[in-house]
Formats: sequence, C-alpha cells, structure tokens
Amino acid sequence: MIRTAVSALLAHWRRRPGQLLTLVLGLALATALWSAVQAINAEARTRYAEAAATLSGAGQTVIRRPAAPIGLAEYAAMRRAGWPVTPQLEGRLRAGDRAYPLLGVDLLARPVAPGPGDPDLTPADLLTAPGRLIATPDLAARLEAVPGLPPVLHDNSAPAGVILTDIGTAERLLDRPGQIDRLLLTGPVPDGAEPLAKLLPDARSDTVAPPDTASLTDSFHLNLTAFGLLAFAVGLFVVHGVAGLAFEDRRATFRTLRALGLPGPVLTRLVLAELTALALIAGLLGVGLGYGIAAALLPDVSATLRGLYGAQIGEGLQLRPGWIAGGLAMALAGALTAGAQGLIRLHRMPILDATGPDRWARSTLRQSRAMALAGLVLITAGFASLGAGGLIAGFMAMAGLMLGAALLLPFVLGAVLGRAARLARGPVAQWVWADMAAQLPGLSLALMALLLALATNIGVGTMVSSFRLTFTGWLDQRLAAEIYLTARDEAQAQEINRWLTGRADAVLPIRRHDTRLSDRPGRIYGVIDHATYRDNWPLVTAAADPWDRLAGGAVLINEQLAYGAGLRIGDTLTLGPGWSAEIAGIYSDYGNPRVQAIVALPVLLHHHPDIANRQMGIRSDPAGADALIADLHARFDLPADAIVDQQAIKAMSLSVFDRTFLVTSALNILTLGVAAFAILSSLLALWNARLPQLAPAWALGLSRRRLAALEVLRSTGLAALTALGLALAWLLLAVVNVEAFGWRLPMHLFPLDWLRLLALALLAGAIAALLPARRLMRLPPARLLQVFAHER
Amino acid sequence: MNVDRRTLLAALLAGTAGPVWAQGFAGLGSDADGFSRPDPGYRFSFPADHGPHPGFRIEWWYLTANLRDAAGTDYGIQWTLFRSGLKPGETAGWQSPQLWMGHAALTTPDRHFHAEKIARGGIGQAGVTPVPFEAWIDDWQMAGPDPDRLTLRAHGDGFAYDLRLQAEGPLIFHGQNGYSVKSADGQASHYYSQPHYVLNGVLTLPEGPVEVTGHGWLDREWSSRPLASDQSGWDWFSLTLDTGDKLMAFRLRGARGDFTAATWIDPQGRAVALGNGEITLIPNHFHPVAGREVPTEWSLSLPERQLDVTIRAVNPGAWMDMSVSYWEGPVRITGSHSGRGYLEMTGY
Repeated sequence: MIRTAVSALLAHWRRRPGQLLTLVLGLALATALWSAVQAINAEARTRYAEAAATLSGAGQTVIRRPAAPIGLAEYAAMRRAGWPVTPQLEGRLRAGDRAYPLLGVDLLARPVAPGPGDPDLTPADLLTAPGRLIATPDLAARLEAVPGLPPVLHDNSAPAGVILTDIGTAERLLDRPGQIDRLLLTGPVPDGAEPLAKLLPDARSDTVAPPDTASLTDSFHLNLTAFGLLAFAVGLFVVHGVAGLAFEDRRATFRTLRALGLPGPVLTRLVLAELTALALIAGLLGVGLGYGIAAALLPDVSATLRGLYGAQIGEGLQLRPGWIAGGLAMALAGALTAGAQGLIRLHRMPILDATGPDRWARSTLRQSRAMALAGLVLITAGFASLGAGGLIAGFMAMAGLMLGAALLLPFVLGAVLGRAARLARGPVAQWVWADMAAQLPGLSLALMALLLALATNIGVGTMVSSFRLTFTGWLDQRLAAEIYLTARDEAQAQEINRWLTGRADAVLPIRRHDTRLSDRPGRIYGVIDHATYRDNWPLVTAAADPWDRLAGGAVLINEQLAYGAGLRIGDTLTLGPGWSAEIAGIYSDYGNPRVQAIVALPVLLHHHPDIANRQMGIRSDPAGADALIADLHARFDLPADAIVDQQAIKAMSLSVFDRTFLVTSALNILTLGVAAFAILSSLLALWNARLPQLAPAWALGLSRRRLAALEVLRSTGLAALTALGLALAWLLLAVVNVEAFGWRLPMHLFPLDWLRLLALALLAGAIAALLPARRLMRLPPARLLQVFAHER
Repeated sequence: MNVDRRTLLAALLAGTAGPVWAQGFAGLGSDADGFSRPDPGYRFSFPADHGPHPGFRIEWWYLTANLRDAAGTDYGIQWTLFRSGLKPGETAGWQSPQLWMGHAALTTPDRHFHAEKIARGGIGQAGVTPVPFEAWIDDWQMAGPDPDRLTLRAHGDGFAYDLRLQAEGPLIFHGQNGYSVKSADGQASHYYSQPHYVLNGVLTLPEGPVEVTGHGWLDREWSSRPLASDQSGWDWFSLTLDTGDKLMAFRLRGARGDFTAATWIDPQGRAVALGNGEITLIPNHFHPVAGREVPTEWSLSLPERQLDVTIRAVNPGAWMDMSVSYWEGPVRITGSHSGRGYLEMTGY
C-alpha cells in the first residue's frame, strides 16, 4: 500500500516537472544565496582585520626604558625568566654625505634570506665582524659606493630606507656596545614568569593597539548576515508558493489514497519524507551553487592581499563540512517552514474533501487581514526590541520590520487596488483593476518576495556604498596628511619643522590632551586652521561656517560624544575647569571607542601650554612624498618607524575594500533574479485558474493580444506598487541603524541606483509575465471556448 | 613601506636560524680552521671540564632519561645543549662567535613533543658554568651544586618537565681515557658520560602532570671534526640492562665502511672499551618518519658478554624536526638481556 502511495505521490512530479523544477530550484537558490553571503561575510571579515592591522602596526608590544638603554645582562635576565623578547638597537649610520637609519636586530633569532648574489653566505659572515648590511637594492647600491662599510646584501623585502643588520654589527657601527634600545615581545609571556616591574623596574611596556574597527565591522557584518537571511526568505516565498500549489494539485490524489485505506498519519509522514528528500537534494545543490557564487565573486583577493601586504592568508574559500551542514540545515528548515501550512492542512483534511484547483489561489480577505495584523505585530516587536539596544536587538528589529512590511503588503495592495477600481472609468479599466485585485491573493507571496528582494538590494547597496564613503572619510580623517612623523623630542620636532618650511605644503601639528568629556574618557585635539580639515573632516551636522567658529573658540565633537551625552549643535560643552565652548559641529568617528573633541590649537595651548609637540602631519605633493621621506631620513636622526607614508597604505586599503565589495552588486542582481523567478512561478501556477476569468473578457471582444498586453502591464504595475512600498523599508533601515549601532552610517542617497532598481523591478515583473502572456497570445480560441463548455 | 618592514620583521621574528645550523651533521666532517684538535694524551680536569671548551668547534651536554609513571607507562625525555663555535674562543657581548642551541623532548609511547632554542654566547642568554654547575638556554636549565645533583627543566609546545637527578656512580670515560676515536682515519672527540643518574619528578603533558621515576644518562663530548669526510651520520645507543650492566655503543656510517665502538660498564662502574667491529649492529626494521626510512628496531650482539638483544623504539615516531633534525627516543631491550635505553640516529 505504501509503495503504491509513494508511486502515486511521485507520479505528480512526473506530470508536473515544471513544479518540481521550481520547487527544487527555488530552495536551491535560497540556500545558495544564504551560503554565498555567509562565505563572503567570513571572507570580508578576514580582509579587513588585515587591512586594519596594516594601518596600525598592530598589536606589537614594545618594552623600553625611557631613562637609559637596556643592558645585555638585563636582556639575558629577561630571557632566562622566560620572557619571549627580542632586542633592537637603532641609530643613524653616516655613509658619505648622508646618514641612514640603521636597525640592529638579533639575526640569529631570524631566518635570513641571503641576497641572490650570495649563495655562500655563512652564519659567521652575518654574525661576526665585519658583518653584513641588508638593504633594498636602491639603498644597497648607494651604500656600496661608500668605502669602509661592511658588505651589503640586496634584499627586496628589506624595510625601505632603513639599513637592517645584526645587532652585533649595529653596536659596532654605532659605537654603542652592550646597549639595547627596545625589546619586542614575540609571544605570550608564560604564566608565573617574573613580572617586568621586577626584571626591568623603570621600563615601560607599550602595546600599539590596532584601531578599534571591531564595532564598525561588527555592525556591518550583522547587517550582511541579516540580508543573507532576507535573501533566504525571498527563496522561501518561492518554495512556499510551489509547495502550496503542489498540495492543492494533489488534493484529488490524497483523497483517493485516503479512500483506498491509507491512514491519514501515514500519508502525512509520506509527504513529509518527500519534502525532506527534496529539501536535501535542493540543499546540496544550493550549497554547491553558493560555493560557486562566492568563489566566482571573490576573485584572487587573497593573491592581491598577499601581494600588497605580504600577509599569508589561507586560500580563503574552503568547502568546510560545517558550512555544508549549515546550508543543508537551512534548506531543510526552510522547506519545512514553507511546507508546514500544506502539511497541517493535509493532516486535518477530511477524507472526502471537495477538490478544486483554484482553492489555494483564493486566500481570503480575512487571511490578508490576519497577515497584515501579524506584520504590524512584527513591526511593533521590532521597534520594541530596539529598546534593548545593541547589535542583536538591531538585527531583530530589522528582521521584524522587513518581514512585517512584507506581510503588510497584500493588505495594502488590496486596499490600493480596491480604491483604484472604484476610481476607474470605462469597463476595461474597471475590469483590469478588479482582475488585479482578484489576482492579488495568488500573487501576494511572489510580491512579498519581490519586496524583500528589493529591500535587500537597497539595504546592501546603501550600506556598502555608505560604508565605503564612510571608510574613505575615516581614512582621510585620520590620514589626511601625506606623511606622518613622530620626532624623538621637541627640539628635533622644531628643527624638522623649520627644515620643512618651503619643502612641504604644510605641517599640521598633532597635539592632544587626554581628559574626561561629559564624564567619559576622552581626548581633545588641537588643530590649526587648514584646508586639510575643511576638505576632509566628515561633519554629520554643523552650524554655519563651523571651521570659522572653531577658530573663534568653538568646539567640534564626535558622534559618540554627541549621542552619548545628548549634545546638539549650539549646546555648550565643558572641556575642563573654567573652559567651555559652543558646539559648532558633530563629526563621524567610526570605530572610535572614545569620545573626542576638536578645538583650535591656540585655544588648546592656552589651556594646556605644556602639551608635547613631537607629532606632525606633513602635507606635500603626493608625488613627491617618497623623495621627501627619503630626505627626512637622510637629514634627521629619526627612528625607523617614525615616518609613515599614508597615501600608499590608503590606496591599498581602498583597492582591497573595493575588490571585496564588488561581490555585493552581483549578489543584488541574483536576489532580484530569485524574486522574478517567484513572480514567474506564481503566474504560471495561476495560469489554469486564470483561463475562466479571461475567457469572458475575450468573449466580450478583447483580443488575445490586448489581453496579453494587459497581463504584462498588470504584473509590471504590481511590481511598481511594491517598489513604492519600499520607501518605508528604507526609512526603517536608516532608523534601525542609528538606534542599534549608536552612530549613523550617513545614508548617502544614490538616486541613480534607485532608479535602476525600480527599472529592474519593473523588468522583473514584465519578464515574469511575458511567458504567460505569450502563451495567452498563442492560445487556440477553442481553449477559451472550452471554458464555457466546462463551466462549473 | 611600513608594510614591508612589518612583514619582514614578522617573518624574521617568527622563524628559526635556519642557515646557521643548516650545514647539519654533514658539517661535522668539515675542516676545523684554527680550532683545537682532540689530543689522545689529554688529561681531564674537573670541575673545569664540565664547562665549555670554546677552542673546539662543537660540544654538547646531552641528557636522556627513561622514565616510568605509577601505571608503568614508559616515557623518555631529552635535554640537550649544543655549542657551536663560528670561530675559536669566546668574546663578551654580541661579538661572541659562540652559538648555542637547546633541544628538549618528551616522548610517550604514542606522542613525541619537542622544542628548540637558539642563542648567542657572550651575552648570558645561554651557556655553561662548571661551579656551581649550570647549563642553560633561556629558561631551560640543568643546574645544581655539581653535576652529581641536578635539577632539570624545559618546556615547549604541549609539554614541560621538572626533574631531580642524583648520580649514583662514577663518571665513565669512553675510548682511551675519554679519547673516543670515530673513524679509521683517526677522527676523534673527547667523550665522557655520567650514566648513573636516578631521576624523579613531574612531566607535564597536555592532559596534566605525571609523577615519574627512572634513570638517566648524561653525555659530554667535544671535538672539532668528529666525522671523517665519507661519514654521513651515526647510530648511537645508551643501554641500561636489568643486570645492572650498561652499554654505550655507536656505529658511524661511512661510504668506506661502518665504524663501531662501544663501552661496557659493569654494575660497579668499571668501564671496558670495545674497539671497531667488536659489537655487531644490524637494523631489523625501518619505520617511515618525516618522509624517510629510519631503523627503529635493531639487533645488537656482543658475543664476548653473551649479549644478543633486540632493541625496539618505544615510539618509532620520535623524530626531532628541528634546525638540525634527527631521530632520538627511548627504546626497550629484549632477548638475552632485558632493559631500557636511548637511541639516537643522525644523517637519515
């Protein structure tokens, strides 16, 4: 009996291969999108962890003793206490008429790749007198021209502009025997090791902290995950529609099987097993497809990063078991969710149920009201969850709002169409509007899918574009100057400053004072009045002429401070005892955990005259920056890491960023494709049910061509109406981001993108209707006449 | 450019001193410019000879021990400090031409943990002092008032040990009063051992500490050119038999033939040197490890002492994958005699 039942159930798919294809493909596409987003998400995360690390020289812990160099005995004592430290000695090596920074390291602790010309290099050559100097080929060539220096090794991977050598060679060349400038921590300090304070009492340990991009990227990734889920949901609408249709189509089969004695629970289980099998097949297909999408959308980014940063990152995209399992689980859960309604109905179906292919299509007004109500509840719950604050709450809110909006859609569209039908003039127009309204229940699922797809598009598009602008601004804000320099001391800073006059476009002192602002740990920067700031500083809101006001004593604050302390333009901020200023502007400051304020430098110095003046940003012609850096190194006794050329790093970061997010636009198109597929499958499903409605119109004199054109128009019109509903979704998105993440990704509007999207939505609607329309045009009139013959 | 520097530094910091030791065991057969040569007439002088001999090119303090826990599980540990002179003599500070390399290992029947440290002489990061006796590299050390009473510590990825050693017998001088010949051409080293250590202490494994007891063997050897030019490596055995007898045996593998030597040590600590060919060493079984075939089961016979035993590695996978790599691990002895010991195989 069961075997018979199974073959009877499966026979349906033989008769309707299109339905099977739609079901499997819908689920596979949904899983594919989800999996691809997951993979890309993970990739992107890795990417910018690396980009951020590159910007900062991240995480390196340096131990120094400000008062005096560290001695060899002290170094040995630290090693013997288990501290994994490695010594460095720095200085300047006079070579001819120039001096170059020299970095001495313990070459024994490191592998040294000998230059191509020195295959016979021995450890004794490197470690014992005269030793070897290691430099990039251009510098090496200059050094070789100088008599009296140790032999030079050419090494492309050597630090630019710096001579690397063994610390033993360095101490001889610099005449600083037995001295160590700093120790780098190369690993974790073992538990129970003697503390630094005991080993080197007056030493200081500084960890160069990576910039805190974590909170910034977290919100971004959560958004991306949310959109991955929404993309999945789009696919599920397809599955839900097809599963429901298949159920209705097989109503007669079910009834017959039941009548022949197959128990209801057994039938339910059989259908469940069938759904599960289909889900697994579609899931596997989807995971494979998703992997393909992700792999195709992430071309050689790894290789680029290796080239740019020399960082060894894994080949990135790997088909991991967890990933496959996750994709399959999503497919299964999705199929069961989508098929739940059908299964429950099947379970409750009376043995002798009336059959009718149009039943499924006729979801009632009551249903659309219930859905609208559920949508409202979801939206309300979404807003309510914002109260909890934090990223997860933001995620819940966004999901609630988007799904809620989708659920509201049929009701809203119904209302709009009803109103339109009443306003319509002429019989054809009236019929078209009324027919649209009648068609709505059957199409509503597909339209909801379209809404979600569009929302996903807008969400991802807006987010990536805004994020990029923000990222650029963030880079510019911190790295506006071409060169950053930290002098050894104030005297040297002044000397450099004088020397730079006429050689650089401008020197921007970087001077700051750490304090508490509105009772939070914060920092006040003093800036000079310069176009760099006017051009680059990303102000979210500002009073008129904020920079002029700043020069006049006003203050600019970052968004964190404004948001946290509830400050607005025109409010007064206390910056210290007896010092308060009017807020002239608020700037975005992504990823900064601290509150921050900017005042004019003279004002800051008036209140804190003793602030150190060692750091500066140097503006120069970007093309001449390299030469200027070389000159600075040659002219001044600067530590090797004292000068940072930010243009190069900025360009690299942005190119990596762009390559990474190239993928999102492709994902957008794919999502939209799935939505178009949903509409197509719904229209095809409705096809049989539509004939009885079209036949009378045809009989009354509307040509098939006209009917077909109206068909396309109708679908396009519904898509347009759906797209208009998106303003709501977008608004919610903007609100949610601010509420959840504490700052606003400035919602840069991209009107052209929006127009393009609207056009795409219309195109999706039109294309989806084309196939049924074509069928209609070619339909033999006899078929239309049959409708009257078979009138039920 | 900042990027490049960081990359370079990171790469430099992460690695080992490959080129320094890359010449490996084959280098032990190369010329000894300016270094002292072992002298058959040399008279040892203690405690000074427990310390380094920077006039010679290569030297080691090599401790191995067979240990057992309460459940009877066999363990082996190795603690080795190698000294290698780039030039003869010692200079204080970074200019020192002396390089030090430490190897530590802990072998269980199914796992082999090992670690390496490299340092320069002259700065105090590594070295050996005879009085009080101390051999160290970073925070690994073998130290005590004298070599008869030692504490031994080392740690690495996944393992650590902290052991106490007590010598219960005299030093043993191999070959001719500690002048140990390595080839028919006369290559030699100064070589003495302390094979009579009794040990107890704690091994720390990933799953937790294990109390152990056992016996240990310290080898001291220095030379400038211990191998003949045709010799590619050696197989070295230190065996402690249940009868209380001990045996040190080695075979140097050369293109022109193998060279063997051994020292029989009776329970009273009397040593008898056995010359080339007196012992027979035959590899029975080769085990694939680290992409090579290494003989981890041997037959050893010494008819003169009615000794005919099979020697099997406790863990055939005890490969020391280091700047200089070799096989080193505990063995079990069966046959005419039973017992435990250590096996070292280089040049495979």
